[in-house]
Amino acid sequence: MTDLTTKSLAELRDGLKKREFSALEAMDAYLDAIAAANPRLNAYIVVTADKAREMARASDARLARGEGGPLEGVPLGIKDLFATIGVHTQAASHVLDGFAPEYESTVTSHLWRDGAVMLGKLNMDEFAMGSSNETSYYGPVINPWRAAGSNRDLVPGGSSGGSAAAVSAWLCAGATATDTGGSIRQPAAFSGIVGIKPTYGRCSRWGIVAFASSLDQAGPIARTVTDTAIMLTSMAGFDNKDSTSVDLAVPDFAAAVERGVKGLVIGVPREYRMDGMPEEIETLWTKGLEWLRAEGAVIKDISLPHTRYALPAYYIVAPAEASSNLARYDGVKYGLRKTGKDITDLYELTRAEGFGREVKRRVMIGTYVLSAGYYDAYYVRAQKVRTLIKRDFEDAFDQGVDAILTPATPSAAFGVGDEEMNSDPVKMYLNDVFTVTVNMAGLPGLSVPGGKDASGLPLGLQLIGRPFDEETLFAAARVIERNRGEGFSPEKWW
Amino acid sequence: MSVDTETVKRIARLARIRVTEAELAAYQGELNAILGFVEQLNEVDVDGVVPMTSVTPMALRLREDKVTDGGYAERIVANAPLSEDNFFMVPKVVE
Repeated sequence: MTDLTTKSLAELRDGLKKREFSALEAMDAYLDAIAAANPRLNAYIVVTADKAREMARASDARLARGEGGPLEGVPLGIKDLFATIGVHTQAASHVLDGFAPEYESTVTSHLWRDGAVMLGKLNMDEFAMGSSNETSYYGPVINPWRAAGSNRDLVPGGSSGGSAAAVSAWLCAGATATDTGGSIRQPAAFSGIVGIKPTYGRCSRWGIVAFASSLDQAGPIARTVTDTAIMLTSMAGFDNKDSTSVDLAVPDFAAAVERGVKGLVIGVPREYRMDGMPEEIETLWTKGLEWLRAEGAVIKDISLPHTRYALPAYYIVAPAEASSNLARYDGVKYGLRKTGKDITDLYELTRAEGFGREVKRRVMIGTYVLSAGYYDAYYVRAQKVRTLIKRDFEDAFDQGVDAILTPATPSAAFGVGDEEMNSDPVKMYLNDVFTVTVNMAGLPGLSVPGGKDASGLPLGLQLIGRPFDEETLFAAARVIERNRGEGFSPEKWW
Repeated sequence: MSVDTETVKRIARLARIRVTEAELAAYQGELNAILGFVEQLNEVDVDGVVPMTSVTPMALRLREDKVTDGGYAERIVANAPLSEDNFFMVPKVVE
């Protein structure tokens, strides 16, 4: 039998339905792959093998009866940010030590409703704050990709680094992820796979550990455009428990994948052509546009004049919301508790020990920009800039643009422990320069591998769409996926 | 704007994060790097611009004001590091 882990999610689902193999066989293939790879890649924090086999057996029973949902028996990895009942849910933070929720997130409950089975919880940057998966309490995740002729460990990107590495290294058929400033799209690009951050409100945030509530969105990471579309169809949907969840029918996203780009207007924002942009990124972008044009799309130059202000505005808005959301980690209700002489000691010592450096830095920035006397100068101004960023996109869409094509990241994956990135927080933040605008405007954004850099590492292209028009993104991404050629799987070294 | 070490102490206190004297200088440097980076927002003309409150145009849903959930205190305290009779336990706050 061929290795079940190398099948796409769609192939796996179809094979299970036809009973060519059982859900338990698929599950065991993945559990074996994880056992072999995880000591090197560190993608999983927890593997829930017993629960996984139990869920797989239940799927097999349903499949045997000719029943089963659209994801019946498909093994998935779940980012540690999603509440999973009775299972490790700690946002890769020390402060949530031992936390196993009494409830299930809406997104994961949708996946289980549709028959998916859980392999375990995936590593990530602590509280989803990071672009390299190096801020995790559980240590860095290693990218399955290596530069040609090198054995240097590379980062998988972040914050959904465990999700990206696990999908890329065939350690799950697909994974859940979240994206506040680029945390789905940047790791997908670094790991040669596909990820989509849907429109804000498309997926319920209920039961997902909050980072910056006005920016956070859940989405899938998978190996193909179709797989990603299949997963999103299950993950999305209205939820009364999230006040910003949108009551809108969820289309069958997979049905849109092959519909082509004929007649679509693809915008090319001139402000994304940054100074000092590597030539290979420029080449990748041009190629992407050529592929879309060749299949009937119309390419249109556009301007998004406030692009360069998105990242600085983000670094006010996101930390401000984080400082408020993370106030709940106080050593009283759950997780770590460090005691001192009084209650203030309890709070301060617990948070000092429980939070990592990046999290503390952001909570402190957020506290500062919200503090008396600075609120208007920082927070209100940033929210005004955010209005302008959103207006830029609205103007482009009003001119008939259906989707926007940009690079996903300014570079390919960099090394673990990169000195420049780690000594200067702003340098690390620049990883999200192309993705963060999309969160600020609440739009859908998809990252699809389109080419490679000189050392053979994957590079991603980003498609940005109108609100709630993820379907166009899937259709355009499929054109890129079809044209870019083969070779977007890492060489197995682990 | 940049922060001095006294301000870093004040922020840390507001954020309820204990920062030692030895850590102050490093935090000061990092916070100032970020504050320096966001300074460019001052170039933007925001006169008459309404600050964003909701990224998707929507009104918050209302529901009838009645109890729809609850009655399981033991599940609420299940993850508490210290609890007694379904109460969270904290150091004495009132003398």
